[in-house]
Amino acid sequence: MATTDVPGSNGKISEQLDAVVIRFCGDSGDGMQLAGTQFTNVSAVFGNDVSTLPDFPAEIRAPAGTLGGVSGFQICFSSSDIFTPGDEVDTLIAMNPAALKTNVADLRRGGTLIVNEDAFEKSNLSKAGYEGNPLEDDVSLAAYQVQRVPMTSLTRDAVADLGLSPREAERCKNFFAMGLVYWLYQRDATPTEEWVKSKFAKKPELVEANLKALQAGYNYGITTEAITVHYRVDPAELPPGKYRKVTGNEALAFGFVTAAKLSGKQLFYGGYPITPASDILHELSKLKNFNVVTFQAEDEIAAITSVVGAAYAGDLAITASSGPGIALKGEGMGLAAITELPLVVIDVQRGGPSTGLPTKTEQSDLYMCMYGRNGDCPLPLVAPASPADCFEMAQEAMRIAVEFMTPVILLSDGYIANGAEPWQIPDVSQLKPFNVSNENTQDGDEFMPYLRNEKKTRPWVLPGTPGCEHRVGGLEKSDVTGNVDYSPENHQFMTTLRANKIAGIADYIPEQTVEGPESGDLLVISWGGTYGAVRTAVKQSVQEGLSVAHAHIRYLNPFPKNLGDVIKRYKKVLIPELNTGQLRMIIRGTYLADAVGLNKVQGKPFLISEVKHKIKELINEEN
Amino acid sequence: MSVDVTLPVLSPKDFASDQEIRWCPRCGDYSILAQMKKVLPTLGIPKEKFVFVSGIGCSSRFPYYMDTYGMHSIHGRAPAVATGVKLANPDLQVWVITGDGDSLSIGGNHFMHVLRRNVDLKVIMFNNQIYGLTKGQYSPTSPTGTKTKSTPFGSVDRPLNPLSVAIGARATFAARSVDVDIKHLCSVLERAANHKGAAFVEVYQDCNVFNSGAFEFASKKGKKEENVIYLEHGKPLIFGKDRDKGVRLNSHGQPEVVELGKGVTADDLLFHDEKAEDMNLAFLLASMRHPEMPEPMGVFRCVDHPTYNDAVYQQVESATERSGEGDLEALFNTGDTWNV
Ligand SMILES: Cc1ncc(C[n+]2csc(CCOP(=O)(O)OP(=O)(O)O)c2C)c(N)n1
Ligand code: SF4
Repeated sequence: MATTDVPGSNGKISEQLDAVVIRFCGDSGDGMQLAGTQFTNVSAVFGNDVSTLPDFPAEIRAPAGTLGGVSGFQICFSSSDIFTPGDEVDTLIAMNPAALKTNVADLRRGGTLIVNEDAFEKSNLSKAGYEGNPLEDDVSLAAYQVQRVPMTSLTRDAVADLGLSPREAERCKNFFAMGLVYWLYQRDATPTEEWVKSKFAKKPELVEANLKALQAGYNYGITTEAITVHYRVDPAELPPGKYRKVTGNEALAFGFVTAAKLSGKQLFYGGYPITPASDILHELSKLKNFNVVTFQAEDEIAAITSVVGAAYAGDLAITASSGPGIALKGEGMGLAAITELPLVVIDVQRGGPSTGLPTKTEQSDLYMCMYGRNGDCPLPLVAPASPADCFEMAQEAMRIAVEFMTPVILLSDGYIANGAEPWQIPDVSQLKPFNVSNENTQDGDEFMPYLRNEKKTRPWVLPGTPGCEHRVGGLEKSDVTGNVDYSPENHQFMTTLRANKIAGIADYIPEQTVEGPESGDLLVISWGGTYGAVRTAVKQSVQEGLSVAHAHIRYLNPFPKNLGDVIKRYKKVLIPELNTGQLRMIIRGTYLADAVGLNKVQGKPFLISEVKHKIKELINEEN
Repeated sequence: MSVDVTLPVLSPKDFASDQEIRWCPRCGDYSILAQMKKVLPTLGIPKEKFVFVSGIGCSSRFPYYMDTYGMHSIHGRAPAVATGVKLANPDLQVWVITGDGDSLSIGGNHFMHVLRRNVDLKVIMFNNQIYGLTKGQYSPTSPTGTKTKSTPFGSVDRPLNPLSVAIGARATFAARSVDVDIKHLCSVLERAANHKGAAFVEVYQDCNVFNSGAFEFASKKGKKEENVIYLEHGKPLIFGKDRDKGVRLNSHGQPEVVELGKGVTADDLLFHDEKAEDMNLAFLLASMRHPEMPEPMGVFRCVDHPTYNDAVYQQVESATERSGEGDLEALFNTGDTWNV
């Protein structure tokens, strides 16, 4: 596509890059999430590998221009495969002083800083806590290539003849910023133009205004003498196929709808809104024609218990929440465990405890999900590694639930839920079949609700089936008959039986694989959304000649059967986690392995460099 | 058991499970169980289509004693469990069995929401004005001053009136009966069963261990005639052993007891209208409490409204009509896609 003399280059130099990280940031009213999402789309459609990290302000309506109201969206796009949205930012677009102040530290030295010069006036500067204007002294931004662009006024001029109010006109400035960045990285704006046309179909004046602002930004890039270089990032060499972009929450919705469709079952979702899990409810609510019933319950307890009822009556039933909501669901999960009903509980983790950091990511609900129920109540736990992996793990979670008649917990996190990456669209005819039986499988006269098969699973026979009337409930039951029984021997027997049933799932899940050498100095173990950073750090360390391997665990309970053996093959074990060491404690307890941790609870994902640094440190100690 | 396929006639015995019933002797729960077993066979519904969902409490052991489908769930949450059952399979007739503590304390939230949504469920609240299972603490319906283990000096809480709460949530069916008033209870249960929508029935139930005789005024022969008004749609509010008393509205719009004869005729009395859309009359009836007033028994409110479950399925249907049956291929390929 781009060479030095492509049309629109205006004779400017085109430089080839392998990967670029850009970040849009501004006030929460500035449309930065939109700008980031659109840039991701055009890059994905162009064929780059992409990975994104939206960063929302914790306050819904922080006063405009303040540090608390800054919203950001980071994208890494690349011509080779990437697994994270990147450590350092190459190009930062800051729409106001507050955005500059909170984000500039992440900009690489020598990186490009594009600021909306118009927003750097007195009141905004003081709201951001600047004593003077950082654009006007020689030191503050000396390390960067600063492009001062009067975006507000240029946007206003561009849409001047459309008769919009000044407010409406200025609101288009995110499209101006997008246009400029599209020029800078030689993006084709067509998908964004199409989006604008359909989004504002009922408001033609807004279609025109946004398209004009976009074009004005693009033209500014061509004509300004201040910017002399633009860049080219070639398409990535992904496996051949058809792709689209998905976020983790979208992919979960797709995965569960797929499980329902393949099994010919109705999907039931009972939920109560909470960030960052709500989008699963939003996605599924749109898909009613897939035989999906969504129920917005009055609280999380009603959500889980409605799901228990729906599972009893025969639906593929799911609920999703985040930390505080999962805490409320504990008793309901126990009921599902003792009644042995199949359902999936999704925890999209965020910073805790309590309301914690509602819009930021963390991995600190592992203990709660592993142990957070009364009684001895182990449940299967699975955790997707990335947004696209959510599609497969949703189906896996439901498959385990139905095959073993148990609630299953799926641990996602804010980073996976909101982050996006390319997803190879599967061939529907090649999807793993999903069989569900609601038959009474026994010979005898009287139906026995707790009679078990070779997997220790009881039959899922539904109300409405003649001759199999039975009662389930939270009181301890006798095996086979399902009658209430609180004799000491029975409780011991049933507790062990339930635990063994869950442990036995290990025979039906894939063994643990490692990336890197089969044995060596160091094994790095990760789970959940830290996959990308850890994988990249280990890969780079191996390239630098270190003896290190990576095991990413997607099945957290039970663990893959061979995990203990894998761990023994390395001299040291490192477990990076976005918590204070929860998986580490469990691994130490389970395998008596002297694992060390790399732990971070800042509401932010790991940087690749942080993990690499720790790997080096441990290996150097060793040698 | 051999079943005659051509004549699936059911009797109360068919609904008795083989489980030993563990309520205290003479507990009011026995009578409610017996009346339920009598009513179900009359409904023309196959046995396998009944589901009983309960919370936790003495009364909530009920599903174990019925040979139907059922779930003994967790404290206060039966309405939500039952909503899930009904939404998953609207073909089932779903009953919720709950106590006054179960549904008004811990489950107050779900109680109100299941009624205002009008999910097609039958909610039977066994009200004994006490916590039975946990051995006798006061409940949200206990009168102020109730002395229990947790309130040795008398409770200072003001009680809730279950029917006022239900009517406040715009229950489309709200009724009251008494455990030992066998015929009346049967007729109320039957009407609840036949109501399309959320049906709420409060049953005065005697916990003879922890709150014995709390409802004697409404259950004991010789007393109840003077203390209770049996509601009949379209009829005046008359009561008394000799049917010589009635209730009319005074000049402030408040109900007052009057004696018939002596210039007052039935035409002067308040007439019951269970079909009234506005809830004023039902509220007024719910506010009539013993001993100041005779307490109404029977159906306070019975109105027709679309059910929640029907509305949910209508959306599923119309979405399917509009967009065709969901197609994974098409779903995955929506939005911007690209080929590598
Ligand atoms: C979460 C929870 N909290 C408390 C309890 C203890 N508990 C069991 S039954 C009950 C009260 C039952 O009272 P009511 O609903 O009036 O039923 P009754 O026993 O009188 O029929 C309580 C507090 C429990 N089982 N679960
Ligand atoms: S404690 Fe009261 S309510 Fe419970 S079984 Fe005994 S009499 Fe019945």
